[in-house]
Amino acid sequence: MDNSRAVSITNCSLTIPEFWQGVKNAGPILVGVVPFGITCGVMGLTAGLTSLETVMMSLLVFAGASQFIGITMLGAGITGWGIIVFTTLLVNLRHMLMGASLAPHMVKQPFSLQALLAFLLTDEAYAITISRIDKTGYNPSYQLGASLSLYVSWFLSTLAGVLVGSYIDDPLAWGLDFAMPVTFLVLLFPRLTDRTSLAVCIVAGIIAIVGATYLPGKWYMIAACLVATIIGGLMEGGKEDAQ
Amino acid sequence: MRSEIFMLIIGMALVTFATRFSCVALFRQMGIPNWLERWLKHIPTAILTALIVPALVLPKGQIDISFHNHYLLAGIVAAVVAYKSRNILVTLTTGMGTMLALRWFI
Repeated sequence: MDNSRAVSITNCSLTIPEFWQGVKNAGPILVGVVPFGITCGVMGLTAGLTSLETVMMSLLVFAGASQFIGITMLGAGITGWGIIVFTTLLVNLRHMLMGASLAPHMVKQPFSLQALLAFLLTDEAYAITISRIDKTGYNPSYQLGASLSLYVSWFLSTLAGVLVGSYIDDPLAWGLDFAMPVTFLVLLFPRLTDRTSLAVCIVAGIIAIVGATYLPGKWYMIAACLVATIIGGLMEGGKEDAQ
Repeated sequence: MRSEIFMLIIGMALVTFATRFSCVALFRQMGIPNWLERWLKHIPTAILTALIVPALVLPKGQIDISFHNHYLLAGIVAAVVAYKSRNILVTLTTGMGTMLALRWFI
C-alpha cells in the first residue's frame, strides 16, 4: 500500500518547496493545536483509556472536537458504540462543507492522494489551504504539507499529554487556544473585498453567536455556513440578473 | 488494547473520514454544476467567521461581552492588527502579547 501511494504521489508530481511552504504556514496555528493535543492526552487517561488507546484515537480519528466529546462520554460512563460514533458523525458534519469547498480543486488529483488529504482534513488545514488558493492557486503539495504538519503535531502533543500531561498545569489555562482565532483573522480579512462577502461574514458571525448559545455541539458552524452562503449566493444571483 | 475500545475508535475514524471524503468522492463522479460552484465560493468566508467569532465572544460557552472577556479584548486588538498588517506573525505576536498582558497584569 505504501508503494502504491508513493507511485501515485510521483505521478501527480508533488513538489518539495510547496510542501515545506505548507508546513511553514501551519506553524503559527500549532501554538494553538499543541495545548489541545496535550489536554486530549490527559483527558483520555482521566476518562479511563490507556495511553495506547488515547494515542491510537489521535492517530486514527484525528478530529479534536470529536475526540474531546467521545472521551468525555466515555468518562461519563456512556460506552454505547452507536451513540458515540453517531455523535462523532454529527460533530464532523461540518467537514462535509469544507470537503465540498475544496472538492473542485481536489477532483483532479489521483484517488489515493484525495483520500489521504481527506483523511487529514481539519478546520485548520482547511483554513490554511483555502487561503493559499486565492493567492497562488491550489497546490496538493501545499495542502499535504500543512495537513501532515498538523497531524504530526496532534500525534506528538497527545503523546506528550499521556506521558507527562499530569505533571504540568492545565495547558488550556494559558490562553494559547487564542492562537487559532487570531491566525484565522489574518486569513479572513483579505476575503472581505465586496458587499456580498461582507454580508456573508456578518450573517455568519451573528448566526454563529446565536447558534453557539442555543444549539448543541458544532451545529452553529453548519447553521452559520448554510445560511450565510445561501444569502451570499442569492445576492450574487440578484446582481447577475440585474446586469 | 481492549477490543470494544478499538472498535469504537475504528467507528469514530470511519465516520470522520466519511464526512471529509464524501463530497470529494461525489464531485469526482458527477462533476460540479455551476449553481453549486457559486454557492461553494462563499463557504471559506462563512467558515472562517464561524470559527473566529464564537471563540472570541463565547470563550467559555456563554456570551460574554465585558471587560472580563480577555479573548474578546485581545481579539479586537488582533483584528485591528490583522486588518492593518495582513501578516500572521505580527498579528499572532501582538494578539498573544495582549492576551498574556491581560492575564498577568489585570
